Amino acid sequence: MNHSIVLAGPAAETTRLVAYWILAIASVAAALGMVLARKAVHCAVLLAVVMLSLAVFYAMLGAPFLAFVQIIVYTGAVLMLFLFVLMIVGISAADSLIETIRGQRMWAALSGIAMLVLLSLVVGHAVIGSAAPASAKFGNGNVTGLANLIFTRYLYPFEITSALLIIAAVGAMVLAHRERLTPKPTQRELAEQRIAGGHPAPLPGPGTYAQHNAADMPALLPDGSHSELSVSAVLTFRTAEAPPELTGGTSEPGIAGPVAPSPTDSHETGEQ
Amino acid sequence: MVSPAHFIALSVILFVIGAVGVLVRRNAIVIFMSVELMLNAANLAFVTFSRMHGALDGQIIAFFVMVVAAAEVVVGLAILTAIFRARRSASVDDANLMKY
Repeated sequence: MNHSIVLAGPAAETTRLVAYWILAIASVAAALGMVLARKAVHCAVLLAVVMLSLAVFYAMLGAPFLAFVQIIVYTGAVLMLFLFVLMIVGISAADSLIETIRGQRMWAALSGIAMLVLLSLVVGHAVIGSAAPASAKFGNGNVTGLANLIFTRYLYPFEITSALLIIAAVGAMVLAHRERLTPKPTQRELAEQRIAGGHPAPLPGPGTYAQHNAADMPALLPDGSHSELSVSAVLTFRTAEAPPELTGGTSEPGIAGPVAPSPTDSHETGEQ
Repeated sequence: MVSPAHFIALSVILFVIGAVGVLVRRNAIVIFMSVELMLNAANLAFVTFSRMHGALDGQIIAFFVMVVAAAEVVVGLAILTAIFRARRSASVDDANLMKY
């Protein structure tokens, strides 16, 4: 179906205008939120909003192939790669708000405004005409037209692209590969290590107290103190950086006891 | 009537936001995301100009930009994980071995 034929007439123009303004405001707001959001995962989700809006813009501009490539490759593959790496790297990925270079934010904002003014002047002086009359190239024949160009005029760049992709894949493998420097521990060594470690029994499970059964709530020891051993170190890190009213925990009347018992203390009481 | 000028203006705004993001943020992954935002804004301009001139070349260039961006992300994120393994940090301030 050729959308440029289907979407014709004044009503279709109004539809396009409304869609443009809604998505333009949404994408600019999402982009601003991406720059301002502190947590990297929020940035990734907001970037997905921008990319999906851009896919709709491509479809409006008569580039259905690029619209789908945008959704499949960018939102599907590239952004998922970002999220994968965030899950590996980014547990502590909330940005610190301390400026390491004095006045950096102010200068960045100023240069951003200067760049906006400069680009606006350039665009304002340029003659941006109206769209070319609708043709099959921007509807039904889009993929055919692109294929014609790729395999004739842009054949060599396209072939070089394949070399680039191979180099990128090999480079990523080389960078992510890690040589094992020590021999793999055997089962006997692991068992001896565990006995020698002073804690042969399994660690206490989290959240055994009656009020909470969540994985981030520490188990209570018989004397009422928290067992630090029962909560994963990752969750401890996250709970420590969250505001205290969200974590529940020690401020609740149901849980009494020392706020932060040292690990050795809880360890000893746990052994009793 | 949505004219090409609308899309060009939007692409300018998105590009500037991405550039400010690169300058302001300290987390290397978010800096990468801002670079992606700038590439996307440039792509929008390419596609708009393609529609304006009635030729598909702009779309081809946008397609190549997407390919290069995908390759760049793969290598860049691999470097990031390698740096994170060595120094347990994703902040650009911590990778300062070559600082004079």
